[in-house]
Amino acid sequence: MELGPYILLASLEGAVTAAVLALTAVGLSLVFGVMRVVNIAHGEFFMLGAVIAWFVAQTVGGHPALGFVAALVIAPLVVGAIAAAADMTILKRIDYDPERTIVATIGLLYIIQQLTLMTYGPEARPVEAPFNQRLAIPWFEWGEEGFEFYFPWGLSTTTYKLAVIGAAGVVLVGVWLMMARTRIGLLMRATQADRDMALAFGIPVERVYALVFGIGAALAALAAVLIVPIQQAHYLMGADPLLLSFIVVIIGGLGSLPGTVVAAIFIGLSDGIISVFFSPTLAKILATLLVGLVLVFRPQGLFGTRAA
Amino acid sequence: MLELDAVNAGYGRAQVLRDLSLKVEAGEILCLLGRNGAGKTTTMQAIMGLLPLMSGRVVLDGTEVSRLPPHEVPRHGIGYIPQGRRLFSGLTVAQNLEIGLRVRGSGKDVLEEVLDLFPRLRERMDQKAQTLSGGEQQMLATARALCLRPKALLLDEPTEGLQPSMIEAIRQVIVKMRAAGVAILLVEQRVDAVLSVADRVAFIENGRNGDVMPAEALRQDHSIVDRYVGV
Repeated sequence: MELGPYILLASLEGAVTAAVLALTAVGLSLVFGVMRVVNIAHGEFFMLGAVIAWFVAQTVGGHPALGFVAALVIAPLVVGAIAAAADMTILKRIDYDPERTIVATIGLLYIIQQLTLMTYGPEARPVEAPFNQRLAIPWFEWGEEGFEFYFPWGLSTTTYKLAVIGAAGVVLVGVWLMMARTRIGLLMRATQADRDMALAFGIPVERVYALVFGIGAALAALAAVLIVPIQQAHYLMGADPLLLSFIVVIIGGLGSLPGTVVAAIFIGLSDGIISVFFSPTLAKILATLLVGLVLVFRPQGLFGTRAA
Repeated sequence: MLELDAVNAGYGRAQVLRDLSLKVEAGEILCLLGRNGAGKTTTMQAIMGLLPLMSGRVVLDGTEVSRLPPHEVPRHGIGYIPQGRRLFSGLTVAQNLEIGLRVRGSGKDVLEEVLDLFPRLRERMDQKAQTLSGGEQQMLATARALCLRPKALLLDEPTEGLQPSMIEAIRQVIVKMRAAGVAILLVEQRVDAVLSVADRVAFIENGRNGDVMPAEALRQDHSIVDRYVGV
């Protein structure tokens, strides 16, 4: 097989990574943008989403699609509620002080992780995909009869992977619509622009914060539910999404949602392609190097604006 | 209408206001004068509930607003035009005004009234707030506060950095609001810009009450101003 089909295959795998990463990172970016809170526990909300998805799928039983759809609804709601409760009981009480927030969310990280270990255990468990047909992908070449299609061996994807990419796209458009078109989006953007003025114009900032923290965590949980049929749920699975989300959010520009999505696609695709051709470790090294370069030469990120 | 009663407030442990009392009647412009750092802006933030009071109370039209959570304060009818305008950047002119309208559930008629006061904003409704000129931004900050149909209006250095024609436009709006029965608390460094519209002047020194006198007295004897605010 020539190089082309390999690149296509790697890009498809990368696109799945990118889709899930975009959802997770947009959650992180939303929280940072509106609340100026660096949420170290974000990866654990991702992990919780996957673990809850497994519990739900086990409980519901029946056709895999039933359990999966139930998980798709329940996991983000439960994780969002847990996050909102954490915001009201912990972050609000330390007044969103930047340093103390970081320490508090590190604490939250370990609490969630160890509680999961104590209840769910150290095993990695799969959730069955609702549908999973193998799709062969055609490739073309210049043969004796000119331009012709054929199906190279090994070049395939599954319907579920394509569905993950599609679902992530739909959710991202939904987040954008919420921010740009709805009343609550307007209140969030006003709070992001100037917290004190938001208060001076009757916006219940505390409630906006709890909601934003909940939505941010719910997005991570949703991303995890989407990936868990491919990756399995495990109590330590939050570390990679956390690192990659921070990489994406820094490259894209802190608090810039379009920048986050573009950076997620870039990092996701390059992670997929470099992992296939070289090694996953090299992909992480290059991504982290890129963060270093961005921080040195363009601290506000590719799409960020300088702090107002 | 708006009354501060022995207010003590500050940032953390640094106390700025010490037993400050003020009273602004409906349909009156009270000008708060004092040196830099005397506590003028702090007074406004304390009224809005953005700073917790150590003691004392703020009463608006019979309601003790200082007992309310900060976001409830404007809902009782206090419009705040802060120093440096502090518009919601990233939001359009229309969206900034919408946030003002939502505070007390004002309708389209209020928006039309406000836009009649500032026709320039009507042409710029879909423009992002931060792309407006300085004068237009001040108009928007003022319009945003008027959208909540305020009973009391707080203006913090509204003429800062504006050209004379803009200062005049803002001044005319303030006078109109007074005629409509709004209680107006005005903070200004440039005494001459506001002395002509003020009814009474209250001096503030190191966060404490100074003299309160009719503006007429200052218009006749400018040396009083120099004694309080002069360098």
